[in-house]
This record gives sequence, C-alpha cells and structure tokens, in this order.
Amino acid sequence: MTDTAWIDAALTSARPQAVGALLRYFRNLDTAEEAYQNACLRALKSWPQNGPPRDPAAWLIMVGRNVAIDEVRRNRKQEPLPEDDQAISDLDDAEDEIAERLDGSHYRDDILRLLFICCHKDLPATQQIALALRIVSGLTVKQIARAFLVSEAAMEQRITRAKARVADAKVPFETPGAVERSERLASVAAMIYLIFNEGYSAGGDTADIRAPLCEEAIRLARLLLRLFQSEPEIMGLTALLLLQHARAAARFDADGQVILLDDQDRSLWNRELIAVGLALIDKAMRHRRSGPYQVQAAIAALHARASTPEETDWAQIDLLYGALEVMQPSPVVTLNRAVAVSKVKGAEAALEMIEPLAPRLSNYFHYFGVRGAFLMQLGRNDEARVAFDRAIALANTTAEAAHIRMHIDRLMRDSQPRNAKAK
Amino acid sequence: MLYAILCYHDEDMVGSWSKEHDAAVMQKLSVVQDKLAKQGRLGPVARLLPTTAATTLRKDDPPLVLDGPFAETKEQLLGFYVVDCKNLDEALDVARDLGAANPGGTYEIRPVGVFKPGSVKS
Repeated sequence: MTDTAWIDAALTSARPQAVGALLRYFRNLDTAEEAYQNACLRALKSWPQNGPPRDPAAWLIMVGRNVAIDEVRRNRKQEPLPEDDQAISDLDDAEDEIAERLDGSHYRDDILRLLFICCHKDLPATQQIALALRIVSGLTVKQIARAFLVSEAAMEQRITRAKARVADAKVPFETPGAVERSERLASVAAMIYLIFNEGYSAGGDTADIRAPLCEEAIRLARLLLRLFQSEPEIMGLTALLLLQHARAAARFDADGQVILLDDQDRSLWNRELIAVGLALIDKAMRHRRSGPYQVQAAIAALHARASTPEETDWAQIDLLYGALEVMQPSPVVTLNRAVAVSKVKGAEAALEMIEPLAPRLSNYFHYFGVRGAFLMQLGRNDEARVAFDRAIALANTTAEAAHIRMHIDRLMRDSQPRNAKAK
Repeated sequence: MLYAILCYHDEDMVGSWSKEHDAAVMQKLSVVQDKLAKQGRLGPVARLLPTTAATTLRKDDPPLVLDGPFAETKEQLLGFYVVDCKNLDEALDVARDLGAANPGGTYEIRPVGVFKPGSVKS
C-alpha cells in the first residue's frame, strides 16, 4: 500500500479519543498533547510497515502513555531506553489485549471532557473556538490563523493564553453525573455552533479560506452524535450544520457576491449532505423533545426540500420561527420570522413586526437590509434608501456591502413604486 | 450464484477522507464496477449514509425503536454490492479488485439466498 492517506485519516479520526484518554491519565493538557504527538511519530514509523493496527486510538493511547512514562523514568534514573522498534513490536503483540483493557466506557466522557474544557466560561468565544480546533481537531496554529484571518503569531498567542487559562481552572476529572453531562453537552454544542458560524458568516472573498471551520464543526458535531446517539438536540445541531453547509457552493457568485436563497442555483446544493440532514431531523422529531437546534434544522429542512423558491412552505417556516421565539426570544429571531411573514402576509405586516425591534437592532446590518427590502417592496423608495445606506455603513464584509449597493442601484434605476416581489 | 459483498470500515476514518480522496476512491471503484456491469454480473450497489442516520427496530413486543446502528463495533457496515459469480473464488477475486481500489476495512462475502431486484428506480 503506497498510499499513506489512510495514516493521516486514521490519526485525525483517533485524535479526540486518544488525547482525551491521555488527558485523563496525565491530568495535564500539555503532557497529554505531547504524549499524543510522540505516539503519532511512532505510528508514522511503524504503521507503513506493519499496516494499520486494529484499533488506532488504543494503539496511540498505549504508546503515548508508555513513551511519557519512559521519559519520566529516564529523567529519574538516567537509564537508556529500550530500542524503539522493540517497544513497538511488543505493543503490536499485545494489541488485542490492550484493546480489551482500555475501558471503553470511559471514552465517551473523555472526548466530552476534552471538548468541555475548551468551552470554559471564562474564555471569550474566539479563544474557545481556537482552543478546540487546536486541541480536539488537531489543526495547526497556521491553519487556524488562516481561517481566522489573523497572523500566526497572534493566533499562537491567543491559544497559549487560552491554554494557560484552562490549566489554571479546575478540570473536572471525575465521571460526570447525568445532569452535569447534559450541561456539558449543551456547552459543547453551543461551541460547535460557534465554530460553524465563524466559517458560515464569512463573505464570498474569504469563504473558501474559512470553509474548513464549517467542515470541522460538522466533524465535531458528528463525533458528538456518535457518542450520544439518542440526544435529539445533537441530531438537530448536526442536521442544521449539514443543511446549511449543503448550500455552500451556491451562496456566492464568481465575484464573491452574496446570492440570496431565492436566487441560488439549487442544483449546486449538496444532495448527500441534505439527505443526511433530513434523515437526522426526521429521527430527532420522533423523540418529541423539541429544542432550538431542532427547530432551526426544521426550518433549514423546509428550504432544502423546496426544489424551487416558490415551493417553499413559508407558512410552516413562520410557525417554526414562532416556536423558536418562545424557546429563545431574540430580536434576531423575530427579524427572521418577519421575512417569512412578508412571504405569507406581505411586506406591510412584516414591516409592522420589525418596527419595535429598531432600538435593539440599531447596529445590526441585517435589520436595515431587511427593512430596506420591505420598504422597497412597498414602493417607499426614499425610506428604503435611508435603510440601505445605514446597512452599508454597518456591513461586516465587502460582499454584504456590495449586495446592498445592488439594491440601491435598482432603486435608482426605477424610481417608480415597485410592488413586485423583491429580495 | 449471487454473492453479496458487504463493506465494513471504520466510519470515522472514511469520514476523515478529503473530498478529493473520496472522489478518487469512488472513481477507482467505478472502474471495477463498470467492468462487472459490462459482463452483466453487477447487481444493486449501495453506499449507506453514516450510522448516525441509522435507526434500529428491535422486534420485541411491542417493537422497540432505538437510535443508531444495530451493533456498536469498530467497523461499520457502510455499503454493499451484489455480484453474480460462478463460485466463491470468483467472488473473492471481485472483492480483491474492489479492495485494491479501496484499501482498508473488511469485506464480508455472503452467498445470496433470495434475491428480488425490486422496482425502485435509482
């Protein structure tokens, strides 16, 4: 087998479990990471010759632990180490036994703990994300810096600071109880959602660079779902990310301009991701324990199911946003609901709905973009212009600004009232 | 005789493949499949969605619905082929060809008892 891609894939997929278990042994993040790195180096030497071990994670945990323990011994007694190859072949012989001895019941909580310490509540969101990508996903500092569009040195510093913060905090090593486990799960789910959004909210000019954030978030969500197969909110989260990400190829044009849902070429949507997303939301609903991720996934599912914009079930989307407003009251949710309302009841009703949000969303780009669009649909072009100007001032990316400018150009072109559907 | 070739592999590992690697593997496999299809020996082929999308129905009384795949194992059932072969040796040859195109994991080769091609259009 000349192709060594399988080694990379095996190391990547074993990483969360291996680092999580090593962290439990050593109770120190740096030691655990170093042990894992050492184990990987040995794997790169041993696996191409001997083929993949039956359980790569167990192999890495065992080797990582032994190397670290040997190191401690060597430092203590100044004794020479046994030859590397000797140590490895011993391990291969004992591998089945190792796999048996590794307590499988721990690994769920090992991985959850590893994720959980990254979302320590004292850490700002960006540090949580960077830490998780470094420690759990194993992305290099360079890769993370690139995705965050900052220098490698700045990212290095950010991660070092976050690690120090986490090291000072008490890491909970005891096996969590049911309540604590579900709290950890909720924090970790929120962090995964943040990672995804960090990639998803990128403009067209940086979408490609930031796409790995979306892919990594999906990988983590799937990992979590594998560990907690019966949690409807984790199904919902995974479905949501898959359904959103399925549209990635259709969201920007060749110049990096935003293409809105209605105007997207739906043949570019990734059907396989949609299929998995729909299957998961289907499974989640059966539990009849709704939650914000499931509702958002259900909304995304209604968009995914419509093969043309006209087929979109906006009335159902309106209802789902209504449910979300109850679970998670937020002006942003109401703003999104207003878009559905504009499709069902018209722009007048939608505009009325968002008026009260003005004080709380006075610095929110999308508020003025949506408001401008409603006003434009009602032919109130002067007011629309004011809203669009404000939106441009608040735009976060050049793609957002360019999109609003397109609306303004349209307003300038035909100054007479338009009643045709816009957006 | 019809043989089912059941494909088992570590799902996490397959999930870690890059898009390019995945596409390359599928391309290599399609070469093997095309050859079998031309010989009129290829039956249905399926690649299954991840086991996280799976649901299990235990036929207790009343039947019990569980999330996830039937068995928690290191390697998961990720897909299958049905191939017409004269004997086991020939089926093993096909499995070897498929394995050369997609190394890693395990194939279980099982003679098919009852086969109904069904009426689904893919």
